[in-house]
Amino acid sequence: MPAKSANGGVTISTGPQNPTARPRLAGYDPGAYFCEFLGHRQTSCAPHAGPVFDRLSGIDPAELTARARDAEQELYNLGITFTVYTERDAIDRILPFDVIPRVIPAAEWALLEAGVSQRVAAINAFLWDVYHDQQILKDGVVPADLVLGNKNYRKQMIGFDPPQKVYSHVCGIDLVRGGDGVYRVLEDNARTPSGVSYVIENRQMMMRAFPDLAEGLAIRDVGDYGRRLHQALTDIAPAGVDDPQCALLSPGVFNSAYFEHIFLSREMGTALVEGRDLLVENDRVYMRTTAGLAPLHAIYRRIDDDFLDPRTFRPDSLLGVPGLFEAYRKGNIGLANAIGTGVADDKAVYAYMPRIIRYYLDQDAILPNVETYICREPEGLKYTLDNIENLVVKPVGESGGYGILIGPRASRAEIEKTRAEVIADPSNFISQPMIDLSVCPTLLDGKIVPRHVDLRPFAITGKNTWVLPGGLTRVALREGSLVVNSSQGGGSKDTWVLA
Amino acid sequence: MSAPLLARYAECIFWMARYVERAENLARLIDVNEVFSHDRRGSHNWDAVIALNSDRERYIERHGERFAPELVIHFYCLDANNPTSIFSCVRAARENARALRPLISTEMWSHLNVFYNDLNAMRAQPLALGAVSKFCSKIKQAAQAHTGITEGTFYRDQGWYFYQIGKAIERADQTTRLVDIKYHALLPSLSDVGTDIDISQWNAVLRSAAGYHAYRRVHPRGMSPKSVSGFLVFNPLFPRSVVTCVRQVDSLLTELCTRYNLRSGHKAMERLDELRAALDSWTVDSVVNRGLHESLDFVQGQLIGVTDGIQRAFFGVDQDTPLAV
Repeated sequence: MPAKSANGGVTISTGPQNPTARPRLAGYDPGAYFCEFLGHRQTSCAPHAGPVFDRLSGIDPAELTARARDAEQELYNLGITFTVYTERDAIDRILPFDVIPRVIPAAEWALLEAGVSQRVAAINAFLWDVYHDQQILKDGVVPADLVLGNKNYRKQMIGFDPPQKVYSHVCGIDLVRGGDGVYRVLEDNARTPSGVSYVIENRQMMMRAFPDLAEGLAIRDVGDYGRRLHQALTDIAPAGVDDPQCALLSPGVFNSAYFEHIFLSREMGTALVEGRDLLVENDRVYMRTTAGLAPLHAIYRRIDDDFLDPRTFRPDSLLGVPGLFEAYRKGNIGLANAIGTGVADDKAVYAYMPRIIRYYLDQDAILPNVETYICREPEGLKYTLDNIENLVVKPVGESGGYGILIGPRASRAEIEKTRAEVIADPSNFISQPMIDLSVCPTLLDGKIVPRHVDLRPFAITGKNTWVLPGGLTRVALREGSLVVNSSQGGGSKDTWVLA
Repeated sequence: MSAPLLARYAECIFWMARYVERAENLARLIDVNEVFSHDRRGSHNWDAVIALNSDRERYIERHGERFAPELVIHFYCLDANNPTSIFSCVRAARENARALRPLISTEMWSHLNVFYNDLNAMRAQPLALGAVSKFCSKIKQAAQAHTGITEGTFYRDQGWYFYQIGKAIERADQTTRLVDIKYHALLPSLSDVGTDIDISQWNAVLRSAAGYHAYRRVHPRGMSPKSVSGFLVFNPLFPRSVVTCVRQVDSLLTELCTRYNLRSGHKAMERLDELRAALDSWTVDSVVNRGLHESLDFVQGQLIGVTDGIQRAFFGVDQDTPLAV
């Protein structure tokens, strides 16, 4: 049984209870960091990672590198890429892929699965409440102005009942482990979390390129995601429609996640539509097809709220579908995710999440938060300013790792710049202690070296919640870097959840 | 009842097929022109190639009146700024394929993606004259690989029909252009009649359409402008002849509309019927007497009309009222 730690989290014993001597990867040294393979300051491997560790040790690094290069070339050829547009060119890039998988033992995963499901249930309960009775605000558990004054709070959603009371049908929870090996939630992604296509493509790539590494291991399958997503869409289609038509709504080829949109529509066997392919007539949504206008019943939309419907939201949006919101309110079309979920994954609301879980579910959070200081609160602001050189300071509205100050790694000038910004607009910031993210062996320049990782599991919620047994392991490829975002030099790894 | 096909997909797949076909035809033409079309002083004459795509103005804009072989070759092979270059065709095919990735097979996409990326990498260096033939072979092979992959992997519902229709229309169009331009460019002056040059030029025309050997099976002896033109326009067994392609479009379109209960294809059908009726009533002699250029012009006009009809009927241009729900 996992032991409960003092801070309410759970310590996973990754180090061996009965260490058996295993050959170490030559020269691999995680130093003081928690290692996904070795645990904390261990010199021999944790049992769950042992077979992979041994096999890796048995492959000549030059061969490993050659196979890794082939794998990356294949990702490029298959167009598992995002496109960078410059003035002259459109350049395809792959998300750098590291061939050494991250391995998660079954017991550890069971806990993550329960923790993620709990979090998703709380997020959906919270969203229902803030768009209906607002009891949690009346009870003072979460400050009302934090929610009602949030730029992602959509007052158009007040009183609207989404099917199954679900708002965040696809949710990604970002997890990190610090030096103590405890998984903590770093961020919730309740709007349009991306990256799941890499989880599945990485797996297919690994099985093609490194079947020997996985030989004899019972690794849980990730291939069911498309079917589950399609089922969730079917669940939210208007009642009484047999064989509902579903589609994925994308902003189009210029979106950096366009590959994922392709991937998911292919997995689901549904059309990938853009705003121009859809039309609303009499509050019903239609697709323009070769046979004329065909009714559409549920949409997995990868367009932000703001751009979804120029009649209700931003009038200058060319990506959306005029009239879509009214069709939605009338119950004629299912939308995943619902509109207005951004208020739940706001970085300031995040700080209240343990209390939100307790409020709705009457449970302690299975996965604790990273300790967070809210600068809109006087004591949080004071603590942040007093300790800024030791803290990570984040603007609440940004994503993709932008605008973050990592105090211990920042220059005097950077610290002072952020300090001024925090003083000027405290409610736009939170701060957290710096987490020394866990590391995982990573192949770089022919050597296996420790690099920091995080983990984003994905949950799909229709009539029930299902957590994909795997997740996106992002890895910061630059030495010493703690920023795993793909826009900032991050790559990804396959994530093996053992059965 | 199978899944409805998004109008935009139908359009993309129609054009994807056309662009690959166009790239292949252009590669054939350049290759053959390079190898066979020397004039009597042994130099290349590229006028016909430039005329084929009505590119003269655009070419002159870029290069002035200098028709140096390496400039023309670059203009047609790898020039990203010339919309009628092979590179531009492949890029357009791949862009369409990108939008179609949820629909087409992974292998179709991946092949076009690699095809494009290879060409794009080749643009770093100018294409040497000595390498042109090899380049053209590569394009032809890649286009044929595309055709083969499509044949073997592409699911044959509505999208497949639009693909085949696009391909056949483009092929018919390319053949009419080839015959039209060459016939007039190569009409022998009195002193040339029956000389070796004349024959080698017509030889080249046939080879541009991959039709030399097939032609020889039908006409073991002799070669005249009329017989070559007649073969390329009317032969019902040659895969690139105008008649073969038009018949293909006709049966595909009929089958598409019947099988998927598409009721708005009649405009395209009407234009196609007119075209078929004309082709059925013509002979080589009547066409040449009436004026080959005018006849081929009529064919091209009808093909444009068919394309327009397909566009209006199926690509979402004129849709505003929902079907009965």
